[in-house]
Amino acid sequence: MGRRVVLGMVGLGAVGVAVGARVQSGVNRAVGPVGARVSGLIPAAGGFRFYSVVDSVRRVAPADYRLTVGGLVEHPRTFRFADLRALPQTRRTDDFHCVTGWTVPDVAWAGVALPDLLDVVGVRPEARGVRFTSFDGAYTETLTLEQARRRDVIVATSMQGGPVSHEHGGPVRMYVAPMYGYKSIKWLGGIDLVDRVRPGYWETRGYDVDAWIGRSNGYTS
Amino acid sequence: MIRFARAVRGVHHVTALLMLVCLVTAAMLYVPALAEAVGRRHLVRTIHVLAGFGLPVPALLGWASRAFREDVRRLDRFSPDDWRWLRGRDRRATVGGRGIHPVGKFNAGQKLNAAFVAGAILVMLGTGWILAFPHPWPDTFRTGATFVHDWLTLAVFAVILGHLWYALRDPGALSGMFIGRVTPEWAARHHPAWLDETAAAGTRGMAGPDQPDPSSKGNPGRSGELTAPAGNTEEGKDDLSPRRS
Repeated sequence: MGRRVVLGMVGLGAVGVAVGARVQSGVNRAVGPVGARVSGLIPAAGGFRFYSVVDSVRRVAPADYRLTVGGLVEHPRTFRFADLRALPQTRRTDDFHCVTGWTVPDVAWAGVALPDLLDVVGVRPEARGVRFTSFDGAYTETLTLEQARRRDVIVATSMQGGPVSHEHGGPVRMYVAPMYGYKSIKWLGGIDLVDRVRPGYWETRGYDVDAWIGRSNGYTS
Repeated sequence: MIRFARAVRGVHHVTALLMLVCLVTAAMLYVPALAEAVGRRHLVRTIHVLAGFGLPVPALLGWASRAFREDVRRLDRFSPDDWRWLRGRDRRATVGGRGIHPVGKFNAGQKLNAAFVAGAILVMLGTGWILAFPHPWPDTFRTGATFVHDWLTLAVFAVILGHLWYALRDPGALSGMFIGRVTPEWAARHHPAWLDETAAAGTRGMAGPDQPDPSSKGNPGRSGELTAPAGNTEEGKDDLSPRRS
């Protein structure tokens, strides 16, 4: 009998793995995206999950925020929060996919498309990649220059119609729409143009550098 | 009287410790407020994964012990009395310091708990494997594994809280698990059939522990059901078990 319970659970677990994606998306749609209060208590009910790789991240108010853009650029420059808001704004609403399997449907982002920001500073011809650093002091990410020129790669200053909260990586974070969430670096502090792409934080720990949703980290569609 | 051999207690304690580490680190990875307070995701994740992969190890090592195999066999065995015990509202009732149900070494709740924990460890191991090494798996399976891992976590939390609730309220049970010994009075109250069979085995010197002495039963009708048919079929099933050494 005990054995039947064990085998039954293993069977249910396998069924859950097979159909769980559909059930979970039903739960997500029912609970709604970020606003759901229940997801603050039980992440399984949907919504974002808080990931940080350091023990604590200092809170930065928009008024004190600085984004340093340098490296292989014509005009290295520091942007304040207001400077970013003054540039042409790009909006995009899409599902947010984490490589570990959770998804948040229909998240609205707004900010400066990275190609627009790169045009402001001027990319030098020898630049091949873009390196992002977080002011959490540990996290880094990279894109090839070609990826960085996509219009769905956004320096986000707004999320869900409001500011990007500290927990979600505010006041400014990246949103790399076509890739898994680990490419969308939180607490963005610096952008540097570099001569070659170096793996970022999770990528030195085994994740793919090119993190296309559905076409990386082992998945081929 | 001896309730749990040292090997059995060792398996329990190491498994419990690993499970505790898993649950604490799970909370740090999973509950938003704790995740924000603790951070250090890579370190916490590494501890969680190592403890999780370690969970089945003590039971596998314990298989070398006869006492452990014997206890697992008892946990696996359900008798009609177990169903009566589960359904009854008089589970804890005693008459003259003796439990009215012919409960053996383990009651039906303990058997279900053991089966649930064993199944949960296997399912968590499988889904955790997918989450820890996601490369070979399609996205739907990863989402499905996250789904199962998450919701089963809540069930495991609930069941383990229940397990601790019953254990911590019962000094006799704690003594059995931490020292290995219980008093005959405690055994008579909670596991009368086990007390009887242990006493009978003591006098006969070698009787099989799964053959309770019918003469010691208060209710002959019940004990007849318990010993003859159930014992035979379960024995037959056991012989088919590939894990049996």
